[in-house]
Amino acid sequence: MDNVLQMVWLIPLLPLIGFLINGLGRNSLSKRMSGIIGSGVILFSFLLSLYVFFNVKGGNSHLAHYFNLIDINSFTIGFDFQIDPLSSLFLLIITGVGFLIHLYSTAYMHEEDGKDYAKYFAYLNLFVFSMLLLVMGGNYVILFIGWEGVGLCSYLLIGYWFKNVNYTNAAKKAFIMNRIGDLGFLLAVFWLLNKLGTTNFTDVFANLSKLSTTDITGITLLLFVGATGKSAQIPLFTWLPDAMAGPTPVSALIHAATMVTAGIYMIARSNVLYNLAPLTQEIIMWIGLATALLAATIALKQNDIKKVLAYSTVSQLGFIFLALGTGNYIAAVFHVMTHAFFKALLFLGSGSVIHGMHHEQDINNMGGLKSKMKITYITFFIGCLAIAGIPPLSGFFSKDSILIGAYEHNKIVYAIALFTACLTAFYMFRLLFITFNGKFRGTEKQWNHVHESPSAMTIPLIILAVLSAIAGFVNIPALFGGTESLTHFLSPVIQQTHQTTLSHATEYMLMGSAVVLILAVISWAYFKFKNYEPKEETSAFGKTLENKWYVDELYNSILVKPLQAIAAFFNTIVEKKGIDGMVNGVGKVVNYGSRQIRLLQSGQIGNYVLLMVLGILVLFIIQLFF
Amino acid sequence: MEIRWYIGLAVALFSIGVMGVLTRRNAIIVFMCIELMLNAVNLLLVAFSKMHALSPVGLTNPSVVSNAQIFVFFIMVVAAAEVAVGLAIIVMMYRNTHVVDINFLNRLKN
Repeated sequence: MDNVLQMVWLIPLLPLIGFLINGLGRNSLSKRMSGIIGSGVILFSFLLSLYVFFNVKGGNSHLAHYFNLIDINSFTIGFDFQIDPLSSLFLLIITGVGFLIHLYSTAYMHEEDGKDYAKYFAYLNLFVFSMLLLVMGGNYVILFIGWEGVGLCSYLLIGYWFKNVNYTNAAKKAFIMNRIGDLGFLLAVFWLLNKLGTTNFTDVFANLSKLSTTDITGITLLLFVGATGKSAQIPLFTWLPDAMAGPTPVSALIHAATMVTAGIYMIARSNVLYNLAPLTQEIIMWIGLATALLAATIALKQNDIKKVLAYSTVSQLGFIFLALGTGNYIAAVFHVMTHAFFKALLFLGSGSVIHGMHHEQDINNMGGLKSKMKITYITFFIGCLAIAGIPPLSGFFSKDSILIGAYEHNKIVYAIALFTACLTAFYMFRLLFITFNGKFRGTEKQWNHVHESPSAMTIPLIILAVLSAIAGFVNIPALFGGTESLTHFLSPVIQQTHQTTLSHATEYMLMGSAVVLILAVISWAYFKFKNYEPKEETSAFGKTLENKWYVDELYNSILVKPLQAIAAFFNTIVEKKGIDGMVNGVGKVVNYGSRQIRLLQSGQIGNYVLLMVLGILVLFIIQLFF
Repeated sequence: MEIRWYIGLAVALFSIGVMGVLTRRNAIIVFMCIELMLNAVNLLLVAFSKMHALSPVGLTNPSVVSNAQIFVFFIMVVAAAEVAVGLAIIVMMYRNTHVVDINFLNRLKN
């Protein structure tokens, strides 16, 4: 047990070292070295995480305390790592999927200069470091340090090709929306500190009786506001589609598998707190459901391969929040895990397509790629099956546990969620068929260039496809005679007291009907899109979906324009006239005064004598009367 | 004789001197008016000294009586020295510019 504590600090330290080496040595390292260092440190972290995972599986939890960050009279905040089932599971996901994406990036980013290449790996390593801090943190403050770090790295990586001003605007948007959420998070932390005097997870969860109901509702709501910013829920979700401006492996790692799951991790970690706040859970459920539905409808009409996947991510995150809202924390964490696999697979697959099409991203110019990009096609197909929820792939198990939890809670919610799942299947298979089936719609030159990607890109695809297929078997429900190993594994951290009350027959019926509906939707998509011809969108509803329900325009008119008007007002009135006026005014007064006083020096002796006489007179009067 | 007459005469002489200094253009006339002011002050000092000698303080200790009269000597000496220097300056100016008009001599301007 001590063994683990002795080397658990290496897990985040290695990516940090990778960041420093690649960042500081970017002008002198060769591309090969940068790639090896960048990916190698993550591989080592993964191996260490495996060791930690098996140790924790044996039933041990560890709390490592290193030093005190803040040590004042009222409270201490220490730099602690908490290694328990939840964090070790997330460690595996982050380092495992992270390593595959690093490996993929060595080939994908090959066209960059040596120093930009090293900069990319430095940022990626910094991101993994921050994310590891986030999941290993033993109190809310360390979690927040990692939280901020991933927000920063998201900004750096989205704006990686910084010479394009649209990309930097997208990066700014992501960072600012994250910050709005962070304010909520900080307020919650301050509230906790005020009421309990500690932010350690163990201490907070042990002392919940000291908090009143308003306290708990307020803290959980504010934490959820933080999660909305980080995990792209309504109303702070519009940054995620714009974040597709970054390189595709970045989208895969940050905006599919890891950063956006930070909010969910935080809520899953605080499950004890949330179980005591049913009002917040209702709110989370409805917001998650609304986000899932909204994003799914938008994805139906998008024509950029990455935007479809981005909205798909927002939609799946909505599903996960739906699970959190119904108290089904295990299902949420399960879906996070499977989603990391198949969404990273889908993003990397789309990256492979973009690479083969030489940076073309519009699916209207693609089609018929399956003959030339077989591995990409097969892995992408497996990913689509997984996300749609076809048994026995992983997506089926995780999505079904979410849906069953929703059914028990509220039948209407279940109906809307099922509808959204059908939409998911529809738009994903639409994407698959338009891109890979049918006739190629691009130019002759593009068709000649289309090629399968190098093995550094296809090997991660294959590994992720295998994982997407088999990952569901870690939590086979008792329904099928399974052992629910994930539930048992996470039970020290997540007390899922809520056992399903439905009969087996009902569960079979629900699962079966969902699968049948989804298969029907997939075949409808097949017949509609297998020979796709792009056409202009004519219906009004279609146009609304294509333009993302005009949410960005709404935010622009309600928030951005007034803010810019206020800023312009301050600039012209307060800054230019007020402050500059005062500063320049002092100079002007001195100038004017000196000009007037200079006139006294007339050179006329009579004037000088007059002034002398007047001065004496004044002194005389002052002396007499005062 | 009342002290009022002496004060009145001295003030009148002094103010005539001041008006002269401020108003006249000829430098030598200005000098004469400065002398006038100095003499007015001398007159006043002597008058007060006499008044002081006849007052109760002066009658008890006769040594303080002549304080002001000695000061008059000082003023006369200073006036003489100043006239010497001032007239020398005027003679130098006249040699250079052939006028003694003070309005003409504004080289100190700017």
